[in-house]
Amino acid sequence: MSAFWLLMIILALAAVGFILGRSRAISSVQGDRRQLHSLPNYYGFNVAMLAFVPAVLVLGAWVIIQPMMISSQVSTHIPAALYEDAGQLNLIMSDVKRVAEGLDVAIAQGVMSADEVSQLDTETTDVRAMLGNVGVALGSDVDPSVLKAAQEMRAKTTSGNLFMTIVVLIVASAGFVAAMLKTQGEFRARNAVESGVKALLIAAASIAILTTIGIVLSLIFNTITFFGMFPASDFLFGLTWSPEGRGGSEHLGILPLLWGTIYISIVALLVAVPIGLFAAVYLSEYASRATRAFAKPLLEVLAGIPTIVYGLFALTVVGPLLVNFFGADGLGWMQGARSVMTAGLVMGIMLIPFVSSLSDDIINAVPQAMRDGSYGLGATQSETVKQVVLPAALPGIVGAILLAASRAIGETMIVVMGAGAAARLDLNPFEAMTTVTAKIVSQLTGDSDFASPEALVAFALGMTLFLLTLGLNVLALYIVRKYREQYE
Amino acid sequence: MSDASLQSGPDMGTPSAKSSILQLDQRTKKRNAAEARFRAYGIAAIAVGLVFLVVLISSIIFKGVGAFQQSFITLEVELLESKLDKSGERDIEKIKKVTTFGYNPLIENALKAAMEEAGVENPFTKGKDLRKMLSSGAAADLRRFVIANPDRIGDTVQFRLLASSRVDGYLKGRVTRESLARDKNLTPVHLDVVDQLKDAGVVAKSFNLGFITGADASESRPEQAGIGVSMLGSFYMMLVVLACALPIGVAASIYLEEFAPQNWITDLIEVNISNLAAVPSIVFGILGLAVFIQFAHLPQSAPLVGGLVLTLMTLPTIIISTRASLKSVPPSIREAALGIGASKMQTVFHHVLPLAMPGILTGTIIGLAQALGETAPLLLIGMVGYIASNYPGGIIEGFMSPNSAMPAQIYEWAKRADPAYYERAWGGIIILLVFLMTMNIIAIILRRRFERRW
Repeated sequence: MSAFWLLMIILALAAVGFILGRSRAISSVQGDRRQLHSLPNYYGFNVAMLAFVPAVLVLGAWVIIQPMMISSQVSTHIPAALYEDAGQLNLIMSDVKRVAEGLDVAIAQGVMSADEVSQLDTETTDVRAMLGNVGVALGSDVDPSVLKAAQEMRAKTTSGNLFMTIVVLIVASAGFVAAMLKTQGEFRARNAVESGVKALLIAAASIAILTTIGIVLSLIFNTITFFGMFPASDFLFGLTWSPEGRGGSEHLGILPLLWGTIYISIVALLVAVPIGLFAAVYLSEYASRATRAFAKPLLEVLAGIPTIVYGLFALTVVGPLLVNFFGADGLGWMQGARSVMTAGLVMGIMLIPFVSSLSDDIINAVPQAMRDGSYGLGATQSETVKQVVLPAALPGIVGAILLAASRAIGETMIVVMGAGAAARLDLNPFEAMTTVTAKIVSQLTGDSDFASPEALVAFALGMTLFLLTLGLNVLALYIVRKYREQYE
Repeated sequence: MSDASLQSGPDMGTPSAKSSILQLDQRTKKRNAAEARFRAYGIAAIAVGLVFLVVLISSIIFKGVGAFQQSFITLEVELLESKLDKSGERDIEKIKKVTTFGYNPLIENALKAAMEEAGVENPFTKGKDLRKMLSSGAAADLRRFVIANPDRIGDTVQFRLLASSRVDGYLKGRVTRESLARDKNLTPVHLDVVDQLKDAGVVAKSFNLGFITGADASESRPEQAGIGVSMLGSFYMMLVVLACALPIGVAASIYLEEFAPQNWITDLIEVNISNLAAVPSIVFGILGLAVFIQFAHLPQSAPLVGGLVLTLMTLPTIIISTRASLKSVPPSIREAALGIGASKMQTVFHHVLPLAMPGILTGTIIGLAQALGETAPLLLIGMVGYIASNYPGGIIEGFMSPNSAMPAQIYEWAKRADPAYYERAWGGIIILLVFLMTMNIIAIILRRRFERRW
């Protein structure tokens, strides 16, 4: 029975449980509701909850674990002569899975019966052609041991699914019966339901932790696999990036990518920080209420525009414009529309509201007494800003700039569309360069399979990116929080 | 104040230089100039920011509006029985056997007839050259019509066929005679014909509904590409995000705001949430690829996977705004409920949550808007490169079968070599921004309408 129908059965059981539990509670006190500890609905909810939640948890865990267990068991039966390392074993196992799925399809389409499938062997039938007929294309002819493994996998999956159905139904009905037995007038059903709900709330809150764990694990495992195939020192200190090289001549050094990332971020910050900071100072210190109500939301519109729009803006407006001035017809510094400058300028525009609204908040948090003190000594408004407000707000502003920097480093669409694809270590800002994020995209959207170093390097790049931005964020949040405390 | 200071008072009072409060001295002038300069910098910064905004918006509009207009060629096509249904039986299976090649002569004849009527001389010897003015999908349109209405075979039917993207570009000013010099798809001679046909009213631009509702087309037919299918993909993704992120986000915020004890676990969760809010979106794409596709074997490019990834990405936003609105419900509400005997859980679900609902909805809509425009994670789960050329068959297929999404579709168009696709990409951006604007306006209205001051 498929997991979906099992889920439907459990749901139905829970619904029945709600009605029965409720009526049992009422009848246990001969219809006098005042005798009940909780409102009748709580008794119903309690039965439904106990029937539903444990069974669904078991179902979920089973659905996740069973395929892993089966494939690890089956892989021990594949003769060691067929593969040399774990990567090849993985490839064989994916073949096995595909054949097993193909056999399922064949049965579903009525080409064969289940018995025929388990009798199948490679000598009497051309399995590849047979599966091709039902619409499952295989890359190569089916090896006898692969077919055997696939048959074994099918058999185990079938029996596993049967077991799952039985176990889940037992768990569901056990919960149902246990809850029904407890349903008496003096049973504290509300407390039971509420602690259940609270457990759900805690589970929801811990999804944030699970996400982080998921990110870290998926990055770490794949990065380790990558370093198994490619030396870590070459990755970390390599000066060239050319993944297309064949026959072991590939260079996957991260330094050109990091340089591109940092260079573009610096250009972006050079645009965003002065504009954002001056805008924030003006808005918080000088602007009238009306100007502020007008300009602040408009500036923040810039932050709400999706990055794909900025990417296209860089590619089709800013790039050609820069080429007009700095290209072959102008100063001759620029070859194509894609360059560090293109991406950096556009990213800077995107970051303006980011810097300005964060700094605005921080400048507003500087106590008015400090300004009044400065005015009292005869300082002009700009002297007050420069010598009192900004120094007092400096830690917070640094935090805001760090947050903007982490945004710039992690930005993807603008650099994918505006910065180019060539990895170089160069100082000319009108040259096309590439970044960590752009390379993650290009390595993972190509056709190469996930087991090759060309694809796995993306995870190592992602790890670098994650650590870099995490470090910046933690530092920035720490500084901002510390600063806030100072004036609260 | 001491005696010494009193005695030295008159001395200190004597100004060392002549000055008057009516006349500014050099230093004051300098300071005032610095003040004015500083102010000007601030105004300039804001002006620069606003200029960027205006440039951005106007280039979006200028470049994108064209996509909503398309050139059509209106032709009277005679659906010859001898070409389409030789047997004359109107057997639908036999009619279906006629491929689009079989329809080409009909189009050629119709074009010739239209040119004759308009008094345009035919400079081409081959019908194939003539047909270059039309979209290569025109024959397919004709065929679809005939298969749907087999009884019209033999009649002369008026069709509004898509002009080829070069002709369209010429009418929109994107393509010039010079740019066609080395183009194998169209020659300047065609443009002379187009000019005359335009005067005769055969070729005309009109509103292009196909762009909004249509499916993506292959790289050689930009005139046929539409954003409709990927809009549907985005819609399914937003359903997933709404169904997952809203309950989980609200539950997590309720726990953190109302129940969580002050201990290291709560601290850990809070630090985690604020960090997740700042993790680059592409990292969520890597997570989705590794967990949902490699590990859980969910189908690639499916809106379900996209929705799950975007859920994880928008959760922190929703949690942060939900917590803020829960926090703004005054404690007296809670105390009153607890005072008349409600449990903590009842207090929260019956009183605090309904009062915080407008704020939560506002935050959710803003989170959804953010998710709708996000592209980078979708690249990694395979939503780019997939040509969204078919509408999903049903609701389950809508979630599970590969599709594109609006931002992914825009990126896909921007990548293609034909400059006609840039116009499509900008047009797609206009549609995307209209959605985002609507969502944000709804959020603002909700906030204005229901916001409570306690």
